[in-house]
Amino acid sequence: MGELRFAKSHEWARVDNDIITVGITDYAQKELGDIVFVELPKVGDSVQRGSAFGTIESTKTASELYAPVSGKVAEVNSELTSNPQWVNEDPLGRGWMIAIKANDSSELGSLMDEPAYEQFIEKESH
Amino acid sequence: MDKENIFEKRESAPKADYVAATGVPLKKPSDVIPQKLLRAQLPLPNLGELDVVRHYSHLAQLNFSVDTHFYPLGSCTMKYNPKINESMARLEGFSAIHPYQSQDAIQGALELIYDFEQLLCEVTGMKRFTFQPSSGAQGELAGMLMIRKYHEIKKRKKTKVIIPDSAHGTNPATASMCGYQTIVIESDSGGLVDIDKLKKVVDDEVAAIMLTNPNTLGLFEERILEIKDIIHNKGGLLYYDGANLNPLLGITKPSLMGFDVIHLNLHKTFSTPHGCGGPGAGAVGVGEILEDFLPVPVVNKKNKSYYFDYAIKRSIGRLKSFYGNFTVLVRAYTYLLRLGKEGLLQTAHNAVINANYIKEKLKDYYEVPYPKTCMHEVVFSCTSQKEKGAAALDIAKRLIDYGIHPPTMYFPLIVKEALMVEPTETESKDTLDYFIKVMKEIDKEIDNDLEKVKDAPHTTPVKRVDEVKAARSPNLKWERTGV
Repeated sequence: MGELRFAKSHEWARVDNDIITVGITDYAQKELGDIVFVELPKVGDSVQRGSAFGTIESTKTASELYAPVSGKVAEVNSELTSNPQWVNEDPLGRGWMIAIKANDSSELGSLMDEPAYEQFIEKESH
Repeated sequence: MDKENIFEKRESAPKADYVAATGVPLKKPSDVIPQKLLRAQLPLPNLGELDVVRHYSHLAQLNFSVDTHFYPLGSCTMKYNPKINESMARLEGFSAIHPYQSQDAIQGALELIYDFEQLLCEVTGMKRFTFQPSSGAQGELAGMLMIRKYHEIKKRKKTKVIIPDSAHGTNPATASMCGYQTIVIESDSGGLVDIDKLKKVVDDEVAAIMLTNPNTLGLFEERILEIKDIIHNKGGLLYYDGANLNPLLGITKPSLMGFDVIHLNLHKTFSTPHGCGGPGAGAVGVGEILEDFLPVPVVNKKNKSYYFDYAIKRSIGRLKSFYGNFTVLVRAYTYLLRLGKEGLLQTAHNAVINANYIKEKLKDYYEVPYPKTCMHEVVFSCTSQKEKGAAALDIAKRLIDYGIHPPTMYFPLIVKEALMVEPTETESKDTLDYFIKVMKEIDKEIDNDLEKVKDAPHTTPVKRVDEVKAARSPNLKWERTGV
């Protein structure tokens, strides 16, 4: 298992060489509430750092999912279509969303590590 | 309580198909309908008139509506719809005309459209209006299509539309429908457009900014003239989402703030029925530079007669058959005439006073994250209630038990556990006081009887619905069982 990095928009990224797996954080799933729908890109699609790669809907709201790094979609967790609740149950595991083959892994440098993210959400919620 | 679907009702006497003997010879269905289309069994209910009347009267009694309950649904301006609007719309000269009648025979209707347009131009400062769009959303589309065509003709490369993070969801949707990329800018700490951030994202490729003013926090964008200059200097246009026009009536006009195109929800500000009570109407007004792009037809006057004019040079075309939802215009026109200039101003004043009254009375109980004086609506955050176990959703559901329609929840997105309250000008102080009392009571209940709030509503025919299941595996079809 690679190291976890976090975006301000509450996505996590797990680094495994040049493949970056992406999902949303436990804090994000709690804030969104029960997830009812996840819309993801197709394998081979290009994604841009900071731009939306998909949409997530809960009973409260619909939000965009932002790519933490630019590259091509290498893998998609298509099972989320029929099991959106996995994002609530296991956001860092079964609830993963896409894997990106990064153009430039150094882009991840701008993301937070776990203690920094903890501090960030502590500030956000107050 | 009778919760039966009418299709599940048994036959009653006398049946609906009873016809007294007449001298007219009856034909059998097989004499007039081809054999292959005939069905031996058609399981429709066969009820007497009384049973049908009771069934639908009962359903109407279960309804939650502005006519029966306080309806503080933020950003929706659920004001009372005066009954005189209905009387006017039902005048035979309006309700019984046919769109294929010759224009000579519908001069009165055309005059109404013409006059109504003049009035709205006066209220908003815009140059011309179209009444074709059948909803606010279609009005937005019409407005943005005009902006797109304007830039195309000017041969400017425009790719982006700027939208604040407090905007209505329809704004980015409309921009996307028109092929633009939406650029979302964060609000500043006071809840207004962040001018510095705006300056950073504006460049020559900005087609427009879409704004509501006051915004969805109920706050007036005080720096609107600076925003106007920033956008206009780069050749972009200003789009006004008229959802929140109510508190500005008679006080200021979108044209004075530099807006080039605006849509008005007649079903909000101008007291025509909402949603399923509709149909809606999204009047779209333009300044001079977009006049040539209006959808066709518009109503013009020559000598003393009115006519549909299709000769608009760069029109974006037709948006709806005939001339939009005409009887909705009759209602809105009636509303304007009845209020007059002074009445409109009073409307705006009372809408603002009512919202601020609620805000002041409840701010020590429910957090107000943007505490400035608000306009027509106030946004509370139920974060401290959530920490005690009851979320905004639970509080909204509990309000139903007290006979109050839930406010808008979880919007705008920048406020956590948001409850957005828009009382409108048509509510009495007694009603506002009742709402305030109930909100305080619910806050107390969260401390003393949390389950009561979490399980609400208790008094409705349908209790707390499983919204998660409804969204994850929706059951959209009724199927007959046990027949």
